Amino acid sequence: MEKFLSLTAVAVPLPMINVDTDIIIPARALKTTARDGLGTLAFHALRFDGEGNAREVCVFNQARYRGAGILIAGANFGCGSSREHAAWALRDMGVRCVIAPSFADIFASNCVKNGLLCVTLPQATVDALARLAAEGNTAGGLFTVDLERQCITTPDGGVVPFAVDAAKRGKLMAGLDDIGATLARAGEIEAFEQRRGRAEPWRASARLDVV
Amino acid sequence: MKTLYDKLWDRHVVWADGAEALLYIDLHLVHEVTSPQAFAGLRGAGRPVRAPSRTLAVPDHNVPTTPDRSHAIKDAEGRRQLEALAANCREFGVPYIPMDDMRQGIVHVIGPELGATMPGMTIVCGDSHTSTHGAFGALAFGIGTSEVEHVLATQCLPMRKSLNMAVIAEDPLPPGLTAKDLALAVTAKVGAAGGVGHVIEYRGAAFTGLSMEGRMTVCNMAIEAGARAGLMAPDETTFAYVHGRAGAPRGADFDRAVEDWRSLATDAGAAYDKEVVLTAADLAPQVTWGTSPEDALPITGRVPDPDSFADPDKRAAAKASLDYMGLTPGTPLNGIVIDKVFLGSCTNGRIEDLRAAAAVLRGRKIAAGVGMLVVPGSGQVKAAAEREGLDAVFRAAGAEWREPGCSMCLGMNPDVLKPGERCAATSNRNFVGRQGPGGRTHLVSPAMAAAAALTGRLTDVRKFTQVHEWKNS
Repeated sequence: MEKFLSLTAVAVPLPMINVDTDIIIPARALKTTARDGLGTLAFHALRFDGEGNAREVCVFNQARYRGAGILIAGANFGCGSSREHAAWALRDMGVRCVIAPSFADIFASNCVKNGLLCVTLPQATVDALARLAAEGNTAGGLFTVDLERQCITTPDGGVVPFAVDAAKRGKLMAGLDDIGATLARAGEIEAFEQRRGRAEPWRASARLDVV
Repeated sequence: MKTLYDKLWDRHVVWADGAEALLYIDLHLVHEVTSPQAFAGLRGAGRPVRAPSRTLAVPDHNVPTTPDRSHAIKDAEGRRQLEALAANCREFGVPYIPMDDMRQGIVHVIGPELGATMPGMTIVCGDSHTSTHGAFGALAFGIGTSEVEHVLATQCLPMRKSLNMAVIAEDPLPPGLTAKDLALAVTAKVGAAGGVGHVIEYRGAAFTGLSMEGRMTVCNMAIEAGARAGLMAPDETTFAYVHGRAGAPRGADFDRAVEDWRSLATDAGAAYDKEVVLTAADLAPQVTWGTSPEDALPITGRVPDPDSFADPDKRAAAKASLDYMGLTPGTPLNGIVIDKVFLGSCTNGRIEDLRAAAAVLRGRKIAAGVGMLVVPGSGQVKAAAEREGLDAVFRAAGAEWREPGCSMCLGMNPDVLKPGERCAATSNRNFVGRQGPGGRTHLVSPAMAAAAALTGRLTDVRKFTQVHEWKNS
């Protein structure tokens, strides 16, 4: 997994609440058996009208936000389906950091697994960042998200500190494969399985033979 | 003093360091859409599946529901994904129920049905509606594909404990109302983000009075309130449901298990981080008007005016929703013309749901021009319905009787709405484009879906049930 240390990029504002993972990536894109290539269908219902024409009002179609690496979003971002395709689609679009007042639980854990940083900030702070990304001469300007120092530098030179879970920060900064870390505890897992078998002897006859 | 969630959590901690814990997973359900990349990851790293006997795979999201499906799946991408699941299960030794097996069905319907789901377990699946299994007093939640790979490889998940939340309705559900009405009312009251970071335990007579099917409907929608999982304490209703199922313990072992399961209930005096209280007696049949499941109102209500929302973000969301839904503020919900009706899904695709809809449709015809799709949640549900003659009721009313799968809940198979079509759906999500690009979804109970099919409009089902009672008296 790619490490996340610091990112300097254009930020695109999407100040909508409850943006669900069906909006981020529609179900028809889920038939793939790969993790890449999902960017083309990302936010499709927002980017295109019923006839397939690009909507100019949609931020993702505007030249000043092309190649944006940071998404400034509304509350409860990523709600709904557990599809990790939403995180893959964002990565495929080039997004590596989402800033919002709150995130859905499953989406947030999917992001960590894909080197995507979710920054939670108070509504008023997110609103102010979204304004900077949308208005005046700062629109299309560069923001820097520094995970090491835990702060965001805005195009006008402002600095916004943020808090982040220490374990999550460590994983993102190291780009760790956490399956390897769990497998290193194989002895403890085995001991747990044996303990459990003794505590719940009735499981012996609880057996689903499917094949 | 511990809650049901605390107890389930504590029982499964393999290792912990402060808030970080490694949680053991008792049952991992797998389907075709969120697993191919996980199996590819295992293959790439040369890792086996740690506990195939704790894993169960079934195709459901992509499968066609037409009777000819075993002969030819026209959609090449969908077919490849189904073939990949079968091949991956063969390669890694994972128990697999194929599409043409009578036990096939929606993963959240078959788990409980087969007795794979039991109280006291931890259950995961690469699907957010895994919360359904919480109805049994099992800690069950949806995970992403990287976590699917993690569980396949280790049978564990590194996690951080959620907060405890109680949703309480002490009074019983009034007659004519269903678990779905309760689930929608809870979602509206808690809000789509109200449960974020929490596990919800449903408490009180309105919930404990429900059958297992009804409890599954309620817990299924815990995710729509943002919760990591939904839970109900196991009781006599639970034990009676589990008893005798294929995967359940047998004989004296079952009694010992029940004794253990009784100890899972929340201790008297245990505290919750958040409590939400509802009065069931105040509820009417629910219907959604917008594009978030929290947009639920009684059928007796009207399409809200976006300006009536104080919060500017909610105002903007309501305006966008009404624009997408093609609705005008102030319109009575009762009477909105619909094109399609979808009865099915992991929310409402169980036998009780089919019975409730059939009871309204029996001896009647659905409105001209309305298409109704009835998709049983599993092969066993389908067979049970056919034994009871429910398929005949649906067919005689003019509905289509289909093969089991997720179908029009998420529109991954050919069952999709056309742009602009309006659907009364018993599923769980009314998101933009969920049932097909441009499709408009109103979430309702199975009985309400049947009433909508009969009149071609969103309709208060109590109109039909009252006539029915009057005829009987």
